[in-house]
Amino acid sequence: MLEIKNLHVKLEEEDKEILKGVDLTVEAGKVHAIMGPNGSGKSTLSYVLSGRDGYEVTNGSASLDGEDLLEMEPEERAAAGVFLAFQYPVEIPGVGNMTFLRTAVNAQRKARGQEELSAADFLKEVRTKAKALKIDADMLKRSVNVGFSGGEKKRNEILQMAMLEPKMCILDETDSGLDVDAMKLVAEGVNALRDEGRGFLVITHYQRLLDHIKPDVVHIMADGRIVKTGGPELALEVEHNGYADILAEVN
Amino acid sequence: MALPQAKLTATEERLASLVMPEAGCTRKAREAALARVREMGLPGRRDEYWKYTRPDTLISAEAPSAALFHTDEPMMFHEFDRLKIVFIDGVFSPEESDDLSMEGVKIDRLEDICCKDIHWAKELYGVLEARGQSPVQRPLAALNTAFASDGVAIHVTGKPSKPISLIYRHASETSDAILHHIIRVESGAEVTILENGPAASRFNKCIEIDIADGGTLHHIRAQGRDHQRRAATHMFTRMGQESIYKSFTLTVNGVLTRNEQVIELTGDDAVAHVAGACVGDGDFHHDDTVFVTHDAVNCESRQVFKKVLRNGATGVFQGKILVKEGAQKTDGYQISQSLLLDDDSQFLAKPELEIYADDVACSHGSTSGAIDETALFYLRSRGVPSREATDMLTLAFLAEAVEEIEDEALAEVIVSRLQDWLARRS
Repeated sequence: MLEIKNLHVKLEEEDKEILKGVDLTVEAGKVHAIMGPNGSGKSTLSYVLSGRDGYEVTNGSASLDGEDLLEMEPEERAAAGVFLAFQYPVEIPGVGNMTFLRTAVNAQRKARGQEELSAADFLKEVRTKAKALKIDADMLKRSVNVGFSGGEKKRNEILQMAMLEPKMCILDETDSGLDVDAMKLVAEGVNALRDEGRGFLVITHYQRLLDHIKPDVVHIMADGRIVKTGGPELALEVEHNGYADILAEVN
Repeated sequence: MALPQAKLTATEERLASLVMPEAGCTRKAREAALARVREMGLPGRRDEYWKYTRPDTLISAEAPSAALFHTDEPMMFHEFDRLKIVFIDGVFSPEESDDLSMEGVKIDRLEDICCKDIHWAKELYGVLEARGQSPVQRPLAALNTAFASDGVAIHVTGKPSKPISLIYRHASETSDAILHHIIRVESGAEVTILENGPAASRFNKCIEIDIADGGTLHHIRAQGRDHQRRAATHMFTRMGQESIYKSFTLTVNGVLTRNEQVIELTGDDAVAHVAGACVGDGDFHHDDTVFVTHDAVNCESRQVFKKVLRNGATGVFQGKILVKEGAQKTDGYQISQSLLLDDDSQFLAKPELEIYADDVACSHGSTSGAIDETALFYLRSRGVPSREATDMLTLAFLAEAVEEIEDEALAEVIVSRLQDWLARRS
């Protein structure tokens, strides 16, 4: 599904290479986790895949179901099925959460040549999905993420994911700033979306999120590369011994 | 003090092009206003109050010509049940206007107030304008009082069932219109005044509003799209105890617009909100100049002005809150912001506070910025195309001003006009 080959990326503004040849394949129906120390390039990878400005791809490729992602605008990637749950969801005063969701859902449907969702159908769907994430009517009415707590923001990301039903879900440190209860709620939301047609790339610093979202494959990223790949046990190893052992072993 | 020669010449040249109407009972007020004009002189480029807006074309003897704008779009507010009062190039049109009678309000043409012996009108015409000349001079308003060729006197005694809609049509490419309205809202009465249309090639308009204790006036204005038109408008509002005045202005294009609001809160517990949203392109120049005087206890005033500028457009805001001695418990708020859609546009702001009371809460802020790239990426990453995302953020920027409109249906109409403007860009 998601295929990344020898991806090299540098910051546009400075001559600094962040990703130094990433190879990664995520199959449909699988959950891949990427772990790694700070500054290893995990978040950069998520931004490059979703099309944020400021990065320059100097080599390599990234495709989703054979379609070249790197040539696409962010909105085209979204319509193609890429979704990034932000580490820091953005507050947008003056744009209603509901309006935003509806515009996004319908823009994607339009881009894919599907009919737009009627107001009634949309409302029904959003209410059901919001309820599962314990998002109340007031949160839906407010401006996007404005005045939301850290947990509410992350749940709102998962709601967007549930409404947009992407093929490839990228979760960037979704556990950061969450207490245990909030993390469980978010994980339940993610797990509810797991199915055979959907791939997940879960970026996290800590193993604890992976207790709730069980990965099929775990990658360790360091200094802009995937340095080790294994099963769920690899996450536990990191949890017990930190990254130092693995990095020493790789080097 | 004698006027500088250049100012004197410019003023006399303009005065020579005007004839004072034979309006018997306003004659005295007009002559006094003319004397004020001569004393102050018309605005010049060096005047501090005109630092950001060049007054040349507003005071020239001849009005610069302005092409008529043709559109199939229905007129603003067409979907609302309202009492229409139509002026074409500044001349009242009885044929186009509705019957002026309505319960709760008495409407007369300015020229009829003498023969009908309407006392309140005689006592208001030119009075608030004259008061408003201090501490800052507003010579174009005095010129208006002296030479206004038409206008209406609106006496609100109850709660009329529908808004009074002043419609200004532009028909001649060289029209130079001067209109002066006076409005008196009696105690406990409430009215909504709508204004729309480009009016004339050059439009000088003044409204004096006197709101008695407990009276309420809502004002929603949409300034027309004829791009080459020029307008200098003044609204002088005096507010009694527990009175409410809420004014919102939408401006979509126009090569020169200067809107002055002079508000005096003279009774305790009065509430004044003035807001504006303007969007403009290229040689668009838009100036909001606001002066709010708190002269009573426990009053609230809000100024919320938002400007979206692109392709070299200019926005100006000069806003002042003056809190007089003894005007305790004043709650004053002022915000002026611009969204610059490119590097060529500019926003010039002069926010001022002058406070002589010690128990007040006043705040003001002014910002200028571009579209927030992070927010833009966030929207796009959810599949919203770049242009649509930019429009959403632009409307979100304007929202605080539009939210000042209490009537939801009116607010919706304003938003849809803003969306139209956004959709028109190339």
